Amino acid sequence: MAHNEDNDYEYRIKEGDHVVLKRGDVYKAVQIQRKKKVIFEKQWIFLDNAVGHLYSTTFEIASGGTLQPKENKETESSTDVQVAGTDNRHINDDGKSQKLTRDDIETMKEQGLTDKEIIKQLIDNSSTFNNKTGYAQDKYIKKKKKKYENTVMVLKPTCRILAMMYHGREPGKICHLRYDTLAQMLTLANIHAGSKVLVFETCAGLVLGSIMERMGGFGSVIQMYPGGGPVRAGVECFGFPAHFHDTLHEFPICHVNALLAGTLDASAKDSAPEEKQLSVAAEEEQKQPEAEKQEGSPEEESMEANTGDDVGQDQEKLEIEKRQEAKAQERKVKLEEKRRKLAAAAALLEGRNADGLVIASHFHPCSVLLGLLKFLSPSRPFVVFSQYKETLIECYTKLKEQGGTVNLMLTDTWLRHYQVLPDRTHPLLLMSGGGGYLLSGTTVATDPSKPAGSPQAEEPAPKRQKVKD
Amino acid sequence: MSFVEYSDFIQDGDVAIVHLGHNSVTPVKVQHGAQTQTRYGVIRHSTDLIGQRYGSKVTCSKGGWVHVLHPTPELWTVSLPHRTQILYTTDIAMVTMMLELKPGSVVCESGTGSGSLSHAILRTIAPTGHLHTVEFHQQRAEKVVEEFKEHRVDQLVTVRNQDVCKDGFGVTGVADAVFLDIPSPWEAVGHAKAAMKKHGGRLCSFSPCIEQVQRTCEALTEQGFEEIRSLEVLLRVHNVRPVTLQLPDFGPDSSSDSSSQAGPEAQKEAPPSATPNHASLKIKTTTPPREMPGHTGYLTFATKPRT
Repeated sequence: MAHNEDNDYEYRIKEGDHVVLKRGDVYKAVQIQRKKKVIFEKQWIFLDNAVGHLYSTTFEIASGGTLQPKENKETESSTDVQVAGTDNRHINDDGKSQKLTRDDIETMKEQGLTDKEIIKQLIDNSSTFNNKTGYAQDKYIKKKKKKYENTVMVLKPTCRILAMMYHGREPGKICHLRYDTLAQMLTLANIHAGSKVLVFETCAGLVLGSIMERMGGFGSVIQMYPGGGPVRAGVECFGFPAHFHDTLHEFPICHVNALLAGTLDASAKDSAPEEKQLSVAAEEEQKQPEAEKQEGSPEEESMEANTGDDVGQDQEKLEIEKRQEAKAQERKVKLEEKRRKLAAAAALLEGRNADGLVIASHFHPCSVLLGLLKFLSPSRPFVVFSQYKETLIECYTKLKEQGGTVNLMLTDTWLRHYQVLPDRTHPLLLMSGGGGYLLSGTTVATDPSKPAGSPQAEEPAPKRQKVKD
Repeated sequence: MSFVEYSDFIQDGDVAIVHLGHNSVTPVKVQHGAQTQTRYGVIRHSTDLIGQRYGSKVTCSKGGWVHVLHPTPELWTVSLPHRTQILYTTDIAMVTMMLELKPGSVVCESGTGSGSLSHAILRTIAPTGHLHTVEFHQQRAEKVVEEFKEHRVDQLVTVRNQDVCKDGFGVTGVADAVFLDIPSPWEAVGHAKAAMKKHGGRLCSFSPCIEQVQRTCEALTEQGFEEIRSLEVLLRVHNVRPVTLQLPDFGPDSSSDSSSQAGPEAQKEAPPSATPNHASLKIKTTTPPREMPGHTGYLTFATKPRT
């Protein structure tokens, strides 16, 4: 029994947890914080009461936005309806069938009526409801239920949920990468525990987080990032245990050429431009306290005038200096840490023996792909996502020209959801128009230094042979 | 070599994937002294494979060459010996994500079939997860046990030769996810529920026919499953090729003779009228395959709540 209770602890919502709120098909990723107001579906919610409950619990939103675990799960059976029409020949869309006005409904809501009660009122006040067919009645109730439902489910974040959330809420942030396309990428790149994977993404960290989830804290992930620093807000949403972050490394793409040329000196002081910026910023901030000191000096004088205590002033000066020193020390430590991280990532890359490459960004993928492919071992998969097919056509053409890859495939996936109901099964009326394109392939060894021309001369012949066969 | 861990060099006893070009691949059991016949000639394992780096180009006896690749579940899916209809990578990818598989997941699967999905599951749940796979056909079950051993994933999987609809998965309360690919999945939904962890999990059923989906969804609802979603996912391949398109000749145009248009216009005006016009435009584009798999099966997913 004690073991069972331990198991439950793992599934309980705790303060500080990253969770996903769900209502119907709407998701939102939030962190559980005391007395923190969260807006979900135009409603204000406080998540305090969720703490201690199990994940996947459904809560009712009480007045004031506090959560109350929903008592009994009502069965999905529709509110006792007996009368139903056979078809819609007597139903006219005159806008007069519903006797309740918007204000009436708002009043009911304010009175704190449940969704079920409101729907009952709506049905009672509808002149056409009883003429609708049974199917139409079901649909009506379902639609109204969705509208007046006042519950929220608290879920543990997973790649599936976050990919669907981002796709539904903010597709622009993830380059319109659809969840099934992300699923293809993770599989085509053979992401698994214990491998060394390069990632270049501008999808808010969703792709990176998904890869980290699939690696389960085993192996290493190197985020190749453009610009000043890596963007990975989405990784936080996964709520990974701390040790996962030890497997995550980062390397600025602006150093790739230097690394390939062997001129990157991570141990040297100011090799990186942004490090330079950092140190400049540090210097500037070092100057600031001085300015503060100057501003402060009149006060000191007045203090001096009041107390006439020279020792106090000296002490203050000393303290300011100390603080300055501490700040500088902090900067230094931070810089040192950054340098150490860069060196660690560089060391991982230098062997040019990565096991996989995943690219999903709003940059033109061609240069990124050709640049990063050099870090892969032979016989390793890579996959490039792009919103646009043309960019991948270019990648494909370049790779064919330069060689070193096989199994090149330019694909996209078509995804259709179904309504499955007794005698009413059909595809959903709306479907996604496209989820982006993928170019995938496998690296192979390029001819080692081409010994004495002979194999090269041989090559065209077997190709012709292949065609004959 | 293992299907769940890369290595750099080919060793005796490995299973390597020979890439013959044009997305044609075949698996080879590497054995000291053995030979493999390909359409480009013989590959001698001792000299051509053992000790070579995965990804190397190997020249065969007839002078043609092939690439030798490290096995992955995806390469295995397109090269394995079919004993049944199999699941392909597009569906497998969707199943893996929607079942929320990751290292450490415990998964139940039935039927094992040719093991296409099993290998992909094992890759994802290694090194700490476990797969319980149930296959009612004895020879198929025996064969797949052998393959798991050869692929060095046998420590991660238990194969049971029984009928899942009658006898279930042989485990209770352990699974994070269950996958069903059997003719009457609705008969196994109860067993699936029993196999799953108390706190809940995910289920997937793969069926080619919509009637199967219908009955399965009814059974899932009855058993208290939530978030029941059915979908279909298809792979669309785009073949990259250069295409040359002719430009028609509209005859001499007096209105725009000396105006801005340059490029193809200039070419067009070179032959006046008597000689046939060959003005054309070259573009790089993609063409769809003439035929493609238009249906594999419906995927139904559901969540088992805490019980």
